[in-house]
Amino acid sequence: MGASSSTKSNLTALIQRNLSKIVVAPSFAASLFFVYGFILWTAYMAFSDSRMMPSYGWTGLRQYERLWSMERWHVAIENLLIFGGLFITICLLLGCLLAVLLDQRIRAEGALRTIFLYPMALSFIVTGTVWKWILNPGLGLENMMHELGWASFKFDWLINSDMAIYTVVIAGVWQASGFVMAMFLAALRGVDQDIIRAAYMDGASLPRIYFGIIIPSIRPVFLSAIVVLAHLAVKSFDLVIALTGGGPGYASDLPATFMYTMAFQRNQLGIGAASAMMMLATVMAIIVPYLYSELRGGRKNG
Amino acid sequence: MKLTKTILATGVAFSALATATFAHAEPTAEVLHWWTSGGEAKAVSALKEDFEAKGGKWVDSPVAGGAGDAAMTVLRSRVLSGDAPAAVQLKGPAIQEWAEQGALADLNDVAAAEGWNDVLPAAIQTIMQYEGDYVAVPVNIHRVDWIWANPEVLAKVDVTEVPGTWEEFNSLADKLKAAGITPLAHGGQPWQDATIFETVVLGVGGPEFYQQTMIDLDEDALKSDTMKAVFDQMRKMRGYVDADFSGRDWNLATAMVMNGDAAMQIMGDWAKGEFMAAGKVPGKDFICAPTPSENGYLFNTDSFAMFEVSGDDKVAGQKLLAELIVGEKFQETFNLLKGSIPARLGVPMTNFDDCAIKSESDLKSAEEAGGFLPSMAHGMALRGHLAGAIIDVVTAHFNSDMSSDEAVIRLVEAVELAKD
Repeated sequence: MGASSSTKSNLTALIQRNLSKIVVAPSFAASLFFVYGFILWTAYMAFSDSRMMPSYGWTGLRQYERLWSMERWHVAIENLLIFGGLFITICLLLGCLLAVLLDQRIRAEGALRTIFLYPMALSFIVTGTVWKWILNPGLGLENMMHELGWASFKFDWLINSDMAIYTVVIAGVWQASGFVMAMFLAALRGVDQDIIRAAYMDGASLPRIYFGIIIPSIRPVFLSAIVVLAHLAVKSFDLVIALTGGGPGYASDLPATFMYTMAFQRNQLGIGAASAMMMLATVMAIIVPYLYSELRGGRKNG
Repeated sequence: MKLTKTILATGVAFSALATATFAHAEPTAEVLHWWTSGGEAKAVSALKEDFEAKGGKWVDSPVAGGAGDAAMTVLRSRVLSGDAPAAVQLKGPAIQEWAEQGALADLNDVAAAEGWNDVLPAAIQTIMQYEGDYVAVPVNIHRVDWIWANPEVLAKVDVTEVPGTWEEFNSLADKLKAAGITPLAHGGQPWQDATIFETVVLGVGGPEFYQQTMIDLDEDALKSDTMKAVFDQMRKMRGYVDADFSGRDWNLATAMVMNGDAAMQIMGDWAKGEFMAAGKVPGKDFICAPTPSENGYLFNTDSFAMFEVSGDDKVAGQKLLAELIVGEKFQETFNLLKGSIPARLGVPMTNFDDCAIKSESDLKSAEEAGGFLPSMAHGMALRGHLAGAIIDVVTAHFNSDMSSDEAVIRLVEAVELAKD
């Protein structure tokens, strides 16, 4: 009798001690399998001779060779560099500027903040479609200017092979800069007011206070913003599909749209997998140093 | 433990019940397709009614989206899990690809009983067969190489007929352009660029050249001067479209012709559906004429591939479905609704419109002259990755200032790369 009740209480204690682990276990197992398991499987597919259906014949680096000899892949990579670079830089600058301006204790700040943040509430598909209409020379901005009498106005980036990728940047920046602004605004509010007052006392000008004190002190936010924006850029798919459809031709293809075309439209699972691995490598190159610095920083503080 | 046993027992009972019902059930066929809107949806329900009238049980599996991409993803997972639908809307060389996986069922007994060899055009028979065995059934023939023109707009430059050669086409287009009219309504999407391209290949190079380049992928033909001339003509075509063509859907381009904003469109005969739906009359409100070529005819055939299924009821359902699809009655009703013409020869054309009748009579002469050829742009001539490689080059050339020489070099390279 006594023995059984003690076993029972032992069991209860065991459960209580490990409750958190037990609760987390199913989702941990699921992500282990569905995320990391499938990453490994995709990695294997990239070394296989898969075309329409997954197949397991080993071909070594052949799929990567084919990938890198495709003109279209080079266009996609180049576009990623243009899009990613401009998207991140402009979002950071614009977001930071908006945050600083909003930080001046102005009237109706709440309303303005909502207006700037609102685009983030839309899905990329909506953003892409709306900008497609705005930028279409026959429907949108150019047409409106012509009707207003400015006949020489020309803005045809959407249908110009060399400029189409920049329209994606415009739409992306419109969507994401408000979010960056919110991140910066939160950080600005967290800066110690005493330091700023001290700087005022010393006669520092407002720009000098911002560039010399406030912005350096919110440096970690830059890093977080860059990481968020960078992975948005690498995986962006819906924005391009809605805005340009990868066109004209394939001039505004990004790696994600390239991967979709190869894997699901052209029965080239092998090349699709290889391009997916290249995208993973790009994201890892951004995320791993970030995680490393974060974790190390955490230890230092702790 | 007891619970497990109960579950097992119930499961066994259920499956026994299920097998028992199926053994005596009516012929069943699950049909995976992406005809979910407009005339296409009506056409499918016509087939469903026929099938049910013969005592069959129709299981509808429509998967909309992405012009069949979504359906193909579903199909892949269904086949991988060993539960393929009986009939799947598949076309062109994709049928061969699935047959190579050993996933398709043999229809030879139905074919022999129904005499398919005598009623289907030879080029279509080849596509429906894998190593000599019938594995799929055709439902229609769309002609791709059509010009749709607005006679009122042509009359503005005193022209009453659609040109018969590409030189005439160019001079007419120049005249229209000089008169401030957009000669060619076009949507800048890769498949539409490729649609124009293949009609130019057929017209400038002739049916034999089309066979060499778009089907056999003969390297010498691909880099020949004729191919350069094709790209030269494509460059001219680029000058005939309006400024806002990029990304436009094909039906909006058709509407431009209908509303008189443009003179002509090069598009398959699904464009006719748009005219008809707007109450226009062929020959009066719009003209349909083949693009310039010598007895050429590019076809796009929809078909159903029959997948390997188990169970007598399912096999019976599949065979019944195959028999009905190739049957004269369905071929007529379906194609009247879809705007195409029957894939079966000898179906009376009395109920069809003038464009369909022309399509049918041209088909006969083209077949005799060896000009009845599968469309590359619509996935009838080449497997997806090969056609994709060609379309990439065509659309890159059309949307940039690439020279014809460079386009030809890129075309040869892209085809080589895709082949291995």
